[in-house]
Amino acid sequence: MLVFNFWFFSGLAIISALLCITRRSPVVSAMWLVVTMFSIAALYIILGAQFIGAIQVLVYAGAIMVLFLFVIMLLNLGRDEPTDLPGWWGHAITFGIGTLLIVELWAVTRIVPAGEVRLPAGTMDRVMEQEGVVGAISSTLFRDFLVPFEITSVLLLAAVVGAVVLAKRRI
Amino acid sequence: MGMAIDVTTPGGFVLALLPELVLTCWMLVLLVAVAWRHRDEGDQQMAGQLALMGLVSTLLVVLWMWVKGAYPETLTGMIALDGFRYATSAIFLIGAILVVMLSLGYLGRERILVPEYYVLVMLAAIGMLFMASGADLIVIFLGLELMSMAIYVLAGIDRRSAFSAEAAVKYFLLGAFASGFFLYGIALLYGATGTTNLTQMHYQIVTLGLETNLMLLAGIGMLLIGFGFKVAAVPFHMWVPDVYDGAPTPITAYMAAAVKAAAFTALIRVLLHALGASDAVWMEIILWLSVITMIVGNLIALAQTHLKRMLAYSSIGHAGYILAALASGSERGAAAFLFYILAYTLMTLGSFAILAAVGTRGERDVRIDDLSGLASRRPWMALAMTVFMLSLLGFPGTAGFIGKWLVLSAVVSADQIVLAVLLVIASMVSAGYYLPVVMAMYMKSAPSEDAHSGSGLIGAARWVVGIAAVLLLLLGVWPNRVLDMAADGAEGLRPAPTRILTD
Repeated sequence: MLVFNFWFFSGLAIISALLCITRRSPVVSAMWLVVTMFSIAALYIILGAQFIGAIQVLVYAGAIMVLFLFVIMLLNLGRDEPTDLPGWWGHAITFGIGTLLIVELWAVTRIVPAGEVRLPAGTMDRVMEQEGVVGAISSTLFRDFLVPFEITSVLLLAAVVGAVVLAKRRI
Repeated sequence: MGMAIDVTTPGGFVLALLPELVLTCWMLVLLVAVAWRHRDEGDQQMAGQLALMGLVSTLLVVLWMWVKGAYPETLTGMIALDGFRYATSAIFLIGAILVVMLSLGYLGRERILVPEYYVLVMLAAIGMLFMASGADLIVIFLGLELMSMAIYVLAGIDRRSAFSAEAAVKYFLLGAFASGFFLYGIALLYGATGTTNLTQMHYQIVTLGLETNLMLLAGIGMLLIGFGFKVAAVPFHMWVPDVYDGAPTPITAYMAAAVKAAAFTALIRVLLHALGASDAVWMEIILWLSVITMIVGNLIALAQTHLKRMLAYSSIGHAGYILAALASGSERGAAAFLFYILAYTLMTLGSFAILAAVGTRGERDVRIDDLSGLASRRPWMALAMTVFMLSLLGFPGTAGFIGKWLVLSAVVSADQIVLAVLLVIASMVSAGYYLPVVMAMYMKSAPSEDAHSGSGLIGAARWVVGIAAVLLLLLGVWPNRVLDMAADGAEGLRPAPTRILTD
């Protein structure tokens, strides 16, 4: 059952991602992206990371996709806009880069990292048992990686100030 | 010995991050002040002076930590406490202070009323401080993003100018693209070594013998592409001319000086500190990047007729010289880098300040020929510009000469004679575009009676030019004290290549 679920959601993620980039209408593309996000959330849950799966649905499939749709509505993109995508040579370059990335992905999976680099088998299960799904994330995020977490808040402040400065009406 | 800081205690943690915390608090105070008073030019001046106070007090904190010689008790923290951090932080803060002083008069003249400008300058400075202090790839990445985010907005702050908008969009898109490469590189390095901490990464590489691990090499390559964009090394320099040209001149100076120096700082720390064991690989890449950057930057600069574009290409050439210092792969190269960026920050900010002063009808349109006869109308300005141009050229008696000589000696001591020869040739080529500026000012007569009548340094910009010119001359003839500080700053950056044998 687990194996079937894995292949089902992986296939769904890939197919919907392909549909997302090949559909002409931006709204339809965005909808297929939602399906991709959901499938990835399912993969997280299969991997035992329920919390990240839930966050994936809330943040990506929920909040970010709503923003996407808002922008599409605000820009008032119609159904059949004339495309500015490049011709056959553009597709050739895209295909080339895509092939390169797939080959690279394959190469990376072939390289087995040194044994000492990998966590010993069963570490994750032990941590989950001790701290719970949320605790395992929060102790890392708020203890070991507290400095990066705080820098992120300053980074978001910078983004907010920048967006307001660039978008305010009065010059 | 200095002051030991235990970062595991709350007090030690605050102490280790004191410069960043002080600057962040000042930034928040300024943000509130700006939200409260933002109606006219007077409010904007107040914001600028507040920013100036914050940056100066942070500089004092950094210098205090340096004098105290703060060092960490444990080696694997996320925040570096060493001379390299204090030296580079001080240089970024000097750059930011001079930029704020330059902007005080500039924004009023150009009728740009955006008091948040100074908040963004401070946010960018906070990002730079984190890039200098990060001993973990995640901290360095977040610092880089924080700095870039503020600079994207600053490049497009003049909303009536289409060129400013073009600069912002171009810089944003290419910068985001480069960040993608950078992050991919971090992910691969993490995959290869199992850590993002620079010190731990070094020990993993040495003890596990990962020097030529394929995933590690791919990670280094991706990281170098990301850094290449940020430091504008050829072939990742395509965005530079348009972005530098379109952005408001003080911001162009900020980008050319402090932003570039911050990217180099992080690059040097990552390469020397974490990846020192794989130096055979990256030294070769940096060497070629340096060669091609020097050649292309200098040759294209020769063909420019407009001062701002010429300075943009010249900054690409200087990135090539700094990369040459890095290609030596030694602490001596890092010391040369420290002195070089101090001199480079001063001369870049000074020359852009002069450009802003002569460009009363738009700095983009100032041709080199437009400077004709400046010496007879504005003798002090012409003299200062001459100092900056000669220093950029590396003329003996200026700080630029000492900087280039240090880079050259680091390169020669690493037995890279070809690179040294190319560096000298590139410097000679650069005379072909720096000297015409001096010749135009002193040897050509002004085209009309009222030429240069409108140009002049406003308020604090006078101080920027004066301080920069005097310091460049002082460092040119009396560099010993600063040379000692640079050597002190680079000491211990590269961990000893110990190999703990495991079977």
